[in-house]
Amino acid sequence: MEAYLDNSATTVVAEEVKDIMIKAMCEDYGNPSSLHLKGVEAEKYIRTAKEIISKNLKVEEKEIIFTSGGTESNNLAIIGSATANKRAGNHIITSCFEHPSVLSTMEFLKEQGYRITYLPVDKDGIVDMEALKNELCEDTILVSIMYVNNEIGAVEPVNEISKIVKEYNPNIIFHVDAIQSFGKYVINPKKAGIDLLSVSGHKINGPKGSGFLYASGKIKLNPIIYGGGQQKGMRSGTENVPAIAGLGEAVKLCYKDFNEKIEKLISIKDYFIDEISVIENIKINSKKGMEGAPHIVSVSFIGVRSEVMLHTLEERDIYVSAGSACSSNKQKNVSATLKGIGLKPEEIDSTIRFSFSCDTTKEEIDYTIDVIKENILVLRKFIRK
Amino acid sequence: MIKYKSFLIKYAEIGVKGKNKYIFEDALVRQIRLALNRIDGEYNVHKEEGRIYVDTLSDYDYEEVIKALQCVFGIVGICPLVQIEDNGFEDLCEKVISYIDEVYENKNITFKVNARRARKNYPLESMEINRKVGEIILDKFPEMRVDVHNPMLMLNIEIRKHINIYSETLKGPGGMPIGTAGKAMLLLSGGIDSPVAGYMISKRGVELEATYFHTPPYTSERAKQKVMDLAKKVAVYSGPIRLNIVDFTDIQMYIYEKCPHDELTIIMKRVMFKIAEHLAKESGALGLVTGESIGQVSSQTLQSLGVINEVCTIPVFRPVIAFDKQDIVDIAIKIDTYETSILPYEDCCTTFVAKHPVTKPNINVIKKSEEKLDEKIDELVKTAIDTVKAVTIEA
Repeated sequence: MEAYLDNSATTVVAEEVKDIMIKAMCEDYGNPSSLHLKGVEAEKYIRTAKEIISKNLKVEEKEIIFTSGGTESNNLAIIGSATANKRAGNHIITSCFEHPSVLSTMEFLKEQGYRITYLPVDKDGIVDMEALKNELCEDTILVSIMYVNNEIGAVEPVNEISKIVKEYNPNIIFHVDAIQSFGKYVINPKKAGIDLLSVSGHKINGPKGSGFLYASGKIKLNPIIYGGGQQKGMRSGTENVPAIAGLGEAVKLCYKDFNEKIEKLISIKDYFIDEISVIENIKINSKKGMEGAPHIVSVSFIGVRSEVMLHTLEERDIYVSAGSACSSNKQKNVSATLKGIGLKPEEIDSTIRFSFSCDTTKEEIDYTIDVIKENILVLRKFIRK
Repeated sequence: MIKYKSFLIKYAEIGVKGKNKYIFEDALVRQIRLALNRIDGEYNVHKEEGRIYVDTLSDYDYEEVIKALQCVFGIVGICPLVQIEDNGFEDLCEKVISYIDEVYENKNITFKVNARRARKNYPLESMEINRKVGEIILDKFPEMRVDVHNPMLMLNIEIRKHINIYSETLKGPGGMPIGTAGKAMLLLSGGIDSPVAGYMISKRGVELEATYFHTPPYTSERAKQKVMDLAKKVAVYSGPIRLNIVDFTDIQMYIYEKCPHDELTIIMKRVMFKIAEHLAKESGALGLVTGESIGQVSSQTLQSLGVINEVCTIPVFRPVIAFDKQDIVDIAIKIDTYETSILPYEDCCTTFVAKHPVTKPNINVIKKSEEKLDEKIDELVKTAIDTVKAVTIEA
């Protein structure tokens, strides 16, 4: 049996997505900027994808910018808004707990003279609201908080954060990294007071190299890529038509029968948590039910290095992620998230992330847990002494 | 830039091997052919009157050819060559002038003409050629000056069946051609040292075979891939390497269970050496090669090296034994293995490294500890040897 439990890393491309991409690649291969018919045909894919996405988010079509994926969306959102709003101030607030595509971008801006505040999180990974209130100041131009944490599945109260931010100063831009949450939650950025929203295609059965940024028409944003002026100058470069077409299709698919899918995901997750809880000396870093993301469970198997567990499972065709790279001698690899929620070093070293899709079956879960039970005693015997 | 048609290959040590000279020359020709096979273009590599020539038969990339030749052990120098027919002395002078004009933009240099009349029926003697060609050069390029002791430009003119004109010698890697010194078994890990050790041994003409000990799930597929990538880089110099992949997990776990933890590394390496020696003997390799260097880690003290060595009956060659880490790193950078070596895929094998390993093991104590393995170790070693997976890795 094979169990792919690494759906937060990436997902399989859906059949429908593959079909439309092949068509866009092989039949309607024109450059969407070309004036002739071939160009018009290619452009249609972009229009369609844009329509699907803007309807889904209940936003304007012109507020969608296609990118090469989550990392670019986050970079564009953060660098683009920071530089465009420099005159209003130079202070940015984020959390200690973000994805590297946010944290590294913040480090870059820090070098450029911006002041960055990293908010702490509690043991469940929830951003400290009091700290947020205290840190907001007249220089603050941007607040960037992720919706769902990629490593433990903590769900941040984005509505509440946006309320605090906008009550303090409605001009402060609020960016949400929704890469792990899009497709799992119905998101309405305008209602939620979100100005920038990053989404990646390959987390929702779309192609790698696809993604978009929702950017509210009300805010100022600079491009980070310059060139031929495509996408109204916000993202130059010939549009990746097959990827955009695939992304549109993936968005359409993932919100089809949405409630049933989420219910199913949650039942799978809860089943997994119940079953794995019988194993001794483990720490479950994720929440059951709607309190946590429906698809992510992080578990620390104390006494077993995460990479060793990962490769043990891999030998039995079970695919998961290590919470943190083996950190025996390289402290810099330690996960900001796991450290942020206060895990001890031996817990960080032994953390595995399981992430599910709607296609994950109970049999796969049973199989995975059996394999873990079968091996964990032996694995725990072999520790560095 | 001038388009050279040929390259003259200079070799030093192998020129003095007496009656066996042809063996070395033939091996060098073979290795040059192999190296040129990997790049675009057609070449004719041939021996002629005690010299090796590479003639280009098609369009080629100069930099690429030089780079390929600079990876062939045994080559001391590579001379880009202009080869002309003998159409009389006047024609020769014209060709020399246009050669200098094309190759040396700056004429404010010193020079010396070094003619060699290998074909004795040529009307002028070597000394006469030197003088006359020198005069014509001075006449044509007044800025140039003669310096017979330390010239910036040494213009070689060789009168053979054809006439060779060359003045530049690009440095080759030196060493001896692969295939002239037997075969050795390299213990290849993913680290910095062992690929360098392999490179150095093969520089002396030794063909390489390699053994890697894989310990899933404690080392990953990527760690294995990394070792294969390293073998590929070494193979640029050494030629194809047969890599034996030994599944070592059961042995490692057995040692871990039975033996004192501060002796784990020593005992583990003794078993590894035994297996490597077995594989070496099977394939006709005449020694083991390791990247060990005195004092680098606890298992590389003189005491540890001695205790580990004790299991072997064939010689163990340790070319970097007295090198500082930085010196090894410098070679690793030169042969382009460094970047691969430092990829961090091996962290988890530290599970089997004691926090405080012995640094001065005693052979009797170690042997006593190994008695605890008597029950199963022979069987486990046999299984490991029987299940070796071998792949041939080409550059």
